[in-house]
Amino acid sequence: MNNVIVYCELDEGKIADVSFELLTKGRSLANQLNCQLEALLLGNNLKGFEKEIFPYGVDTLYLADDNRLSPYSTLPHTSVMVNLFKEEKPQIALMGATTIGRDLGPRVSSALKSGLTADCTELEIGDHEDKKLNKVYKSLLYQIRPAFGGNIIATIINPDCRPQMATVREGVMKKEITDANYKGKIVNLDVSKYVDETAFIVKVIERHIEQSKIDIKNSPVVVSGGFGVGSAANFKLLFNLAALLGGEVGASRAAVDAGYVEHERQIGQTGVTVRPKLYIACGISGQIQHLAGMLESSIIISINSDPNAPINKIANYVIVGKVENVIPKMIRYYKENTK
Amino acid sequence: MKSFRIVVLAKQVPDTRNVGKDAMKADGTVNRAILPAIFNPEDLHALEQALCIKDRFPDSTITLLTMGPVRAAEILREGFYRGADDGILLTDRAFAGSDTLATSYALSCAIRKIKNFDIIVCGRQAIDGDTAQVGPQVAEKLGIPQITYAEEIVSLTENKIQIKRRLERGVEIVESSFPVLITVNNSAPHCRPRNAKRLMKYKHASTLSKRQESEEDYLSTGNHAHLNIKEWGVVDIECDHAQLGLGGSPTKVKKVDNIVFQSKESRRLDDFDDDINVLMKELITSHIIG
Ligand SMILES: Cc1cc2nc3c(=O)[nH]c(=O)nc-3n(C[C@H](O)[C@H](O)[C@H](O)COP(=O)(O)OP(=O)(O)OC[C@H]3O[C@@H](n4cnc5c(N)ncnc54)[C@H](O)[C@@H]3O)c2cc1C
Ligand SMILES: Nc1ncnc2c1ncn2[C@@H]1O[C@H](COP(=O)(O)O)[C@@H](O)[C@H]1O
Repeated sequence: MNNVIVYCELDEGKIADVSFELLTKGRSLANQLNCQLEALLLGNNLKGFEKEIFPYGVDTLYLADDNRLSPYSTLPHTSVMVNLFKEEKPQIALMGATTIGRDLGPRVSSALKSGLTADCTELEIGDHEDKKLNKVYKSLLYQIRPAFGGNIIATIINPDCRPQMATVREGVMKKEITDANYKGKIVNLDVSKYVDETAFIVKVIERHIEQSKIDIKNSPVVVSGGFGVGSAANFKLLFNLAALLGGEVGASRAAVDAGYVEHERQIGQTGVTVRPKLYIACGISGQIQHLAGMLESSIIISINSDPNAPINKIANYVIVGKVENVIPKMIRYYKENTK
Repeated sequence: MKSFRIVVLAKQVPDTRNVGKDAMKADGTVNRAILPAIFNPEDLHALEQALCIKDRFPDSTITLLTMGPVRAAEILREGFYRGADDGILLTDRAFAGSDTLATSYALSCAIRKIKNFDIIVCGRQAIDGDTAQVGPQVAEKLGIPQITYAEEIVSLTENKIQIKRRLERGVEIVESSFPVLITVNNSAPHCRPRNAKRLMKYKHASTLSKRQESEEDYLSTGNHAHLNIKEWGVVDIECDHAQLGLGGSPTKVKKVDNIVFQSKESRRLDDFDDDINVLMKELITSHIIG
């Protein structure tokens, strides 16, 4: 009762990273609220997943194991979640702001008449004083998200309705296990009690999922290019540097829109969030929406011909110059001075 | 031949895509007044999908429904120019301050009043909030299935629709019967342009209150029924007032912050060989690279 619950998402048979990030966050919220952390996993053949989930400090894992629950489809998953929430009355429910989370979250919130905040980048616990009602709410979930195209940051609260629901962007929160030997309990749900036959009305006819070869998120070094790189051909320089440093190539939206590189490489508010050891921003001006995806990099180098580019404010090293001049010099020095 | 009753949900939004410096006030709030109000881009993609259905089943009708201030009638006219048959403006003070849940409640009540709908099409998300919630929330309130992130209608028969939807790393084709709600992704085709004849025909279309306001003799347009944009308020839809507007919105904005980035102490280098060599050496010796 009144716990924190995380919807764990299956992505082609694996639990999505964002779910682990949410479990990590969920554990710390549960500690602050002095309640339990619960997880919900729906799909087919779920045996074994508990070994991955419990170490995040999960006290109860609800499993809905039924071959009709995989692949994901809106109505059956909604139905399990809504009925479980009616019984368990969680105070907070979290899910990834993925294609699945953003399809499912609003449906569940609408059924339960509870609020939902999309695409949060931060979650905190705090109080709220309603001056008009002269009422103080204790320990609410602050749901913090960029708004208005990323130009402002809004803190949203949900004073009266439960659960307080939020979807969270992948990559913005850390993933950290609590204890490899953490012991929780499994509750197997009787799916037929939670889902009505009529929920299977939408049928998946075909699916084509490409295995992503690009893994910018987990790369220790990201060499990222913007519109200032100038062309797809010039991006080769970035690929060479990245290969040499054991990193990946990222990009700004302007570079993606210009067709220099594929969309999967986009970093920022509407792309991937990264936190590498080293981020090299080449010809990127540093608009808020881009910074949102890379601000937590340990070391940031900016290569920009404009000494006043906004990105320079947050860079540890600013190289004022042209990408096409600077990168070959970096490559040359590196080749000559490492084995 | 079958005719579908299609409802397209569209919203008028401030154009947040080109927010310049002057659009942010000194106190960090957005100066909405300076941003142009536009037809939410993905809702135009949605209208195009509705028009595609009408291309295949020409007796179908497209009703554009928008909730917003009186000014939002502008996008209904835009919809007429591009092929919508009917436009409804849902407007009332009681709707002010709605979050997505209260918005979807009001819209679902209006759709109930439209009755006998087969397909509801909306955009995936509106660029003022980027929440992508209203579509699925409306579907739930109406108790009908949803297909989100739609990119293309793969097949359409009298009782089934197949839709290709865009996933994070792939596509999926799903099939549903009617009624169904579809949210259209920005990867779907753009909307066809305005039609010159329709532009002439509908450019004076307006709501009753607008005509009264401009002291036009609105009765004289009575025989031009097509020029009437229907205007519905709370009294015109059957609804529970407690679920509307600010009061019906579970989420509240606690605060809004301007984004300020902590400037880091940074080292400035030139693109001379020496500068770059020093930097690279530092990175290698501190094991950041190499
Ligand atoms: C809702 C919304 C979401 C968004 N999401 C994202 C997102 O996820 N990610 C993202 O990146 N953007 C996003 N944007 C867009 C963002 O606002 C910027 O438009 C974009 O990041 C700019 O990309 P850029 O810095 O590459 O291009 P520009 O702003 O054009 O900057 C190019 C830079 O290159 C420099 N330059 C030019 N030539 C050279 C050269 N030869 N050598 C070195 N430097 C050179 C210039 O001085 C300039 O600083 C979003 C916008 C909105 C409204
Ligand atoms: N006030 C509104 N009137 C009509 N349709 C709306 C309104 N708000 C949202 N919608 C529809 O719901 C979609 C998602 O909006 P949102 O949840 O705000 O991102 C939009 O693309 C519209 O199709």
